[in-house]
Amino acid sequence: MEILELLKRPWPWYVAGPLIGLTVPVLLLLGNKSFGISSSLRHICAAVIPAGLPFFKYNWRKESWNLFFVAGIAIGGFIGNFWLGNPDAIVVADDTRQTLAALGVQDFSGLMPGDIFAVSNVFTLKGLIFFVLGGFLVGFGTRYAGGCTSGHAIMGLSNLQWPSLVATVCFMVGGFACTHLLLPFLLDLVR
Amino acid sequence: MEKSGQHSPIAEADFDNIKIDGCDGANRQESAERFAANLKYLLVGIVFGIVFLKAEIVSWFRIQEMFRLDSFHMYGVIGSAVLVGLTSVWLIRKFNIRTLSGEAVTIADKTFDKGQIYGGVLFGIGWAITGACPGPLFAQIGAGYLAVAVTLLSAIGGTWVYGLVRARLPH
Repeated sequence: MEILELLKRPWPWYVAGPLIGLTVPVLLLLGNKSFGISSSLRHICAAVIPAGLPFFKYNWRKESWNLFFVAGIAIGGFIGNFWLGNPDAIVVADDTRQTLAALGVQDFSGLMPGDIFAVSNVFTLKGLIFFVLGGFLVGFGTRYAGGCTSGHAIMGLSNLQWPSLVATVCFMVGGFACTHLLLPFLLDLVR
Repeated sequence: MEKSGQHSPIAEADFDNIKIDGCDGANRQESAERFAANLKYLLVGIVFGIVFLKAEIVSWFRIQEMFRLDSFHMYGVIGSAVLVGLTSVWLIRKFNIRTLSGEAVTIADKTFDKGQIYGGVLFGIGWAITGACPGPLFAQIGAGYLAVAVTLLSAIGGTWVYGLVRARLPH
C-alpha cells in the first residue's frame, strides 16, 4: 500500500525526466522507431483527409505504430489521473499563481484551470482562443518546424542535431513571448 | 529528400516511407510488422502517458511556471530526458546495439530549413496558450479534460492546413 501512496504523489522531475529519456532507446530498440509525437497528427490527416495533397501521400499504415503510441498516451493519462491520481490539489508556484490570479484565472484546484478548460466553454470566446486558436498553432507550428518537444527537443538533441537546437530555442522564444506579451491580453479578453 | 530512384546507392530518402519532411517519429524498420506487434508501442505509450500525468507535465500551470521562470520542474524534466536520451543513443552507437529484429539502429538526420524558426515560434505560442505540446494533448483527454478534444481536432486541422499551403511558405 505504501508504494501505491508514493505513486499517487506527484513524481519529481528526476524520476520523470529519465523515464521520458528512456523512451528514445526503447522505441529505437523495439523497432527502429524515432521518438516523435506530432507526426501522429500528420498520420491522422494522411489516413482520414489526405485530399490528394502530396504532403499526405505516403503509406501511413507503416507509421501506424505512432498512432498506437499516442493511443497509449491517452490511456496512460486515464490511469494516471483516475487510478493513480493525486488526492491533493496541485501545488502551483506562488509567483505564477499570483500573476495568473491577477490576470483573472480563478480555479487552481486541478491540473488545468477549470474556468478555462471546461467543456461548457467549447462554443465561447474562451474556447475559440484556448482550444481552436491554440490547437491550430500547435498543429501548424509543429509540422512547419518538422517536430515538437519530443521530436526535436528530446529525440533531435539526443542525436546532436543542430536544427533541433534551433527549433527548441524557437519553441521557447515563442512560449516566453506569448506568456508575457500575448497571454495577458487574451486572458483579459475572456475575463 | 525527393529522390525516388530504386537503385541509388544508400540513398537515405529511399529508406524512408515518408518522402517529404519525414524524419520526425519515423519508422525505419525494414522488416514488416504485424498488427499485434504494434501493441508494444501501445504499452510504451501507456507508461509514457502515466509519467506525463504523474509528473504534471500535462498541466497548463506547469507550462506557465516554466515560461515565467518560477519553477525548475519542467527544465529538470526536459534536461534530464535529453541527458538520458543522449547517453542512450551514444551507447547504442558505441556498442552497435541492434533492434529486437536484429537490424542496425538508424536515425535520420534533421535538415535545417527556416520552418524550424517560423514554425518553432508559432508552436511556442500555441504551447503557452494550450499548455500542451502534442503528447500532453492526448494525455489530457485521457485524464478527462474532454474539452481538449477540440484542441486536438484543431491541431489536426492546423497540420492539414500546413500540408495545403506548404509550397507557398518560406522554408
